Amino acid sequence: MTATTQAARDAAITAGRPLLKVEGLCKSFFGVEVLHKVGFSLQAGRVLGLVGENGSGKSTTMNIIGGVHQMDAGQIQFDGAVYRPKGPRDAARQGIAFIHQELNLFRNLSIAENLFITEFPKLVPGLPFIDRSAARKRAAELLAAVDLDLSPTTLVNKLSQGERQLVEIAKALGAKAKVIIFDEPTTSLTTRETDRLFDIINRLRAQGIAIIYISHILADVMRLCDNITVLRDGHVVGSALKSDMTIERMISMMVGRSIDQLFPPRDYAAPKGDPVLDVAGITQRGTVKDISFTLKAGEVLGISGLMGAGRSELARILFGIDPYSSGEIKIGGVAITAPTPSVCMDHGMAFLTEDRRAEGLMMEAAIDTNIALSSLQNYAGGLGGMIDRGRLAGDVQKMSTSVQISAKDIVRTLVKNLSGGNQQKVVIGKWLLRDPKVFILDEPTRGIDVGAKNEVYKIINSLAAGGAGILMISSELEELVGMCDRIMVMAHGEIRATYERGSFDREELLRAAMWDGIRSSSK
Amino acid sequence: MTAADATIASRPRVLPAWKRLLLSEYLVLVLTIFYFVVMWTIVPEIAAADTLLDILSAMMPLLVVAIGQTFVLIVAGIDLSAPSIIAMASVVGASVMTGDAGYANGSGVEILAGIVAFLAVGSVIGVFNGLCTTRFNMPSFIVTLTTMMFFSGAAIWYTTVHTDASSIGNLPRTFIEIGQGRIAGLPFSLGVVLVVAGIAHFILSRTVYGRWLYAVGLNPKAAAVSGVPVRNVIFWAFVISGVCAAISSILYTGRLETGTPVLGQRILLDVVGAAVIGGVSLFGGKGKILWTIFGVLFLTVIDKSLQLMGLPIASVFAIKGSIILAAAIIDATRHRLLVRG
Repeated sequence: MTATTQAARDAAITAGRPLLKVEGLCKSFFGVEVLHKVGFSLQAGRVLGLVGENGSGKSTTMNIIGGVHQMDAGQIQFDGAVYRPKGPRDAARQGIAFIHQELNLFRNLSIAENLFITEFPKLVPGLPFIDRSAARKRAAELLAAVDLDLSPTTLVNKLSQGERQLVEIAKALGAKAKVIIFDEPTTSLTTRETDRLFDIINRLRAQGIAIIYISHILADVMRLCDNITVLRDGHVVGSALKSDMTIERMISMMVGRSIDQLFPPRDYAAPKGDPVLDVAGITQRGTVKDISFTLKAGEVLGISGLMGAGRSELARILFGIDPYSSGEIKIGGVAITAPTPSVCMDHGMAFLTEDRRAEGLMMEAAIDTNIALSSLQNYAGGLGGMIDRGRLAGDVQKMSTSVQISAKDIVRTLVKNLSGGNQQKVVIGKWLLRDPKVFILDEPTRGIDVGAKNEVYKIINSLAAGGAGILMISSELEELVGMCDRIMVMAHGEIRATYERGSFDREELLRAAMWDGIRSSSK
Repeated sequence: MTAADATIASRPRVLPAWKRLLLSEYLVLVLTIFYFVVMWTIVPEIAAADTLLDILSAMMPLLVVAIGQTFVLIVAGIDLSAPSIIAMASVVGASVMTGDAGYANGSGVEILAGIVAFLAVGSVIGVFNGLCTTRFNMPSFIVTLTTMMFFSGAAIWYTTVHTDASSIGNLPRTFIEIGQGRIAGLPFSLGVVLVVAGIAHFILSRTVYGRWLYAVGLNPKAAAVSGVPVRNVIFWAFVISGVCAAISSILYTGRLETGTPVLGQRILLDVVGAAVIGGVSLFGGKGKILWTIFGVLFLTVIDKSLQLMGLPIASVFAIKGSIILAAAIIDATRHRLLVRG
């Protein structure tokens, strides 16, 4: 894009009549104000980037526009009329589509069925008979519009995450959406899938559809959006054209202070201790092949790679969740013959899973219950394994303070009401209560905001400084480069390369991950 | 929003009394008392000492089953086999103790042998339910539905093998006292139930196993990753439920003075219903012994009051259904209130 067309577009944006105009939006939950006079506007054929830390009010704003929540005060103008959706279906009917972070597809139904789940084409209008051939034909058209070369009869559970996202977009197109809201669409996409998504978004923009794009990945926001609005604590702290915005400025607006050092320093030259985790020749058909490495006390060892490279699968094998066919695992020098989570835990291992909602937390339980879960046996004794509730509560409270969970009452606050960053700190606290010697972290900062990331990094550093070995899986190269002593790159279930601190090169790391390129990244 | 509105919104909420009551865990107890008082004006004999004792004795066996069921409900399972365990244990236990050619008759330890037989039947069926659910990953609904059907039939078959009559009578007097006897004017079964409830409460609230039960009910995957032996936890919940049903069978059998294969046939929905009315969630992770006790009390009081009014059985069912529905609506309202705040 040349400078002149950019300038022309910026001028058009400034001048154009907004398709969606939000003014003075206020919303409180349980007496706590989460949105305070939020306002922004959006023109047809433009992409608005909405950024802010978790808990800054992005999701609430979008949930109001998407009809999930009702506003307490304020006004929304949509397409020249006052817009106040009664519910998500009403919002969809009026032309606002909301593509959630966790996709809302029925996995056991076909693509076509998913596309028309609310409004099937009927054989006879008014009668409940589905016109199957019309549905298939219309589905094929919609799939073509998003470049998805699949039969409409394919079941959704056969699709990759990226393909599912495209189905969601096709669904929005099918509903004749004028505004499409994307909430963190790229968190679980590969680089290629992300590129494809951006191509589609650009095409939608050219068709005059307005897009609201929510993301933590600021580089993506810069690449894609025309306007950027930054939220903090329920207030709009800034709105600007992309040309007036930089990533640094976004960050400082988001946090309200400048994070001078996202990756806190650690003494990388400090001598490492004895091996705490020895892995030799671990193989499991179809997932990992001949994995060998040693993790030493005080070391942060990163694992890089694309989605599907076998990183999470390896972590699950090491923690005894999934089986392996051959190889040897030693924790702290002791060979583990039949690993299960509790055996691994007894030897000092801890595991933060990639998906904290599904596998890390009891969302409906309070913070203290979650933190205590993996340490209960250390507090039980005496008659019938009675739990020493006083000692447990004291230690849990201390832990919650030390990992800086921001909640007033850890006994009453349910984990589901916490922000992503605080939820992650709960999982970390749960494991730290066991004082682990080996800590496997699978995507420890996924979907959490910059401030919380920084705090997680500090915790990792202090663990390493305290003599624990950290195995850190991440899809963010920056994070691995900023944090690790060594980085291993996995592809197709194998370790392809290992780099020492000092010889980290982003391009080379990426090349190693994609070394046989196209095939691996299309997974 | 004006400035005044904003200050109201940010002020800490003081809930009106009726809302606090609605959100209290004693709501079901309060509803029961309210219902009782209303009934008192219609059928005054409900407050007679005899009626109250009757309610208490009628509650006891139901309560033990419901306590066992609570364990299974907390891990998001369901134990439909409880009634058939009661029936099977009843006839097996009776066949051991009975004066009519019982297996242990005249041995001097027939009552002990009988009680062991009750508990053995309960634990064996519980173990079977637990194994099928955890080892074969079968839904507990299907497993316990089939054990319910199988043992309901087996109990009748077992009776026909043992006697020509439809039930096994002539049980030792001392045994019958367990179900009927009174100590200081209170039913002896009350003591048994208090012990069971006390142990159950202790397990749920104070032990590692108790915490694990809730964890498994709330999120089995997260529990497994946190080192909870998920399968064992579920397995033992079914064994506990089986043993509780067997204890309940002891109380029922003693009360009726006979081992009957149709014992407990109609109590299944009362058991699950009572637990759920008390506040135990069918989706797992939520439940307390106290809540279950309130639920059972609620149902038993309704039953007794309708009995006293001398209504035909059809209207009893209809009225009972409506009252339970009303309680469920109040419960749902309070959940909405909780969510909205």
